[in-house]
Amino acid sequence: MKILVCISNVPDTTTKITFTDNNTQFNTNGVQFIINPYDEIALARAIELTDGGNGTVTVLNVGEASTEATIRKALAIGATDALRINAKPHDAWFVANQIAHYVRSNPFDLILTGRESIDYNGSKVAAMVGELLDLPSVSIIKKLSIDGETVTVEREIEGGIEMLSIPLPIVAGTAEGVAEPKIPNMRGIMSARTKPLTVIEPVEVSTLSDITGYETPAPRGQVKLVPSDDVANLVELLHTEARVI
Amino acid sequence: MPVLVYTENVEGKFKKSTYEIVSYARAIADQNNTSLTAIAIGDTGAEELNSLGKYGTEKVLHVSAENLKTFINQAYASIVAEAAKKTGADIVVLSNSFSGRGLAPRVAAKLEAGLADGAVALPDQSNGKFSVKKTAFSGKAFATVELTSATKIISLTPNSYKLAESNVTAAIENFEVAVKASDFAAVIKDIVRSTDKVSLPDADIVVSGGRGLKGPENWGMIEELADLLGAALACSKPVSDAGWRPHSEHVGQTGIAVSPNLYIAIGISGAIQHLAGISSSKVIVVINKDAEAPFFKVADYGIVGDAFEVVPKLIAAIKEYKASA
Repeated sequence: MKILVCISNVPDTTTKITFTDNNTQFNTNGVQFIINPYDEIALARAIELTDGGNGTVTVLNVGEASTEATIRKALAIGATDALRINAKPHDAWFVANQIAHYVRSNPFDLILTGRESIDYNGSKVAAMVGELLDLPSVSIIKKLSIDGETVTVEREIEGGIEMLSIPLPIVAGTAEGVAEPKIPNMRGIMSARTKPLTVIEPVEVSTLSDITGYETPAPRGQVKLVPSDDVANLVELLHTEARVI
Repeated sequence: MPVLVYTENVEGKFKKSTYEIVSYARAIADQNNTSLTAIAIGDTGAEELNSLGKYGTEKVLHVSAENLKTFINQAYASIVAEAAKKTGADIVVLSNSFSGRGLAPRVAAKLEAGLADGAVALPDQSNGKFSVKKTAFSGKAFATVELTSATKIISLTPNSYKLAESNVTAAIENFEVAVKASDFAAVIKDIVRSTDKVSLPDADIVVSGGRGLKGPENWGMIEELADLLGAALACSKPVSDAGWRPHSEHVGQTGIAVSPNLYIAIGISGAIQHLAGISSSKVIVVINKDAEAPFFKVADYGIVGDAFEVVPKLIAAIKEYKASA
């Protein structure tokens, strides 16, 4: 079994998000970058599925050279080899086309991504890759298992779950529940240095969108504290002032 | 050229979020002095289809077939893209729901259209540009995305646009599309709906519990409070990590982002990752015994006190309020 795990390089979850250049650029100054947490779940599941020599796990990142620390971390966690497509990930359409182009000449049995990246939250790459390769895609999965040529997934739907059975290959976006993230051990960290990390150049893709600016949520006013022995007052405020109940 | 809106249904019924996106799409059609066409797929009755007129749909393209009763993103994407081509729509609106996330990118790829996902406001079409505000950094910020493609697709964040009635009469038309067999490769084996619970991403009110509740056995009062308010249940990451509550209730940067009218946080300190997922809530109430908890800094209302004392009082006060209302 050959599994491709597409990973994003994103700011650590504790990052305070700020912007520069008149709010047009994300301020990366002092920001620690990590593997997108949902992609880490995908990677963990891929490693479980290929455990005991039952296949290979390739990690793919569309990014500039600065993402290599994150890619090495994925190798330390247990990926077999890695590929970096040397380009700034302009938007999901650009990234999906790079992945699809590579997979057309290097087929995989299963292509995994996280359900979304925690920076732009698009949830777009998995479904776009699916469309570009004319493969089934499932966007938010909570469980994934493989039996021969068939993959069974549990997909999150509003207020429930849906169980799907699909012939391989497919593209799937993983969420919590699919696997527990793995922490690299010393052997993994040592071997990551010598595992193959191939760099290839991107294909040309037309641009469909640009981010032109950012803003942070408007600050809320001072909290109105209600004494704990006057809870009825809170209900009154929620009804008459906030008008939410 | 008309605006096209995809109207999601659950077992043949439209949800509130569907009427939200129809209202939103109507406003975009008005911005462009054009008409609004809806595409509805599945086993949806005439009364439901007519109801789309109430929110400004002039025409409904209805696709009904045995193999299209339930949502299969690949097949539905083919239909929505065909509908866009047939109507000549250059703006397509969908929901950024769980299913919408599996659908919109496929439609976008078919039409080579830029996709503004997770929109929270109407597009700004001044100066010949088309820019959409969307959530970014998991709720810690907003980004403005300019769509530069000929066809533009927007997926709207649930609970971010108010219903607006315009009362037009919707003309319903059967729409036939040949969908290729390979679009049905995914086979639904089972759908399990927890019908007794309010769905978290759609909920107007969310009651959320954290580690301050000490253990899963103490969720009875949280559930009672949620039931009273018709609210969905949520929790913080440590709570779902510990297995006290299912992952599907985890709200935050690596869980679900919500934007309800009212978010009640009980025994949650307010880590930056949690706050990211709830920052779009209209009103935030925090109950925590630690007056220094960071959550109070972003709350509208707060009670400093022990959840085990405050929540039963709150339940009693709401019961009293409901009895008098």
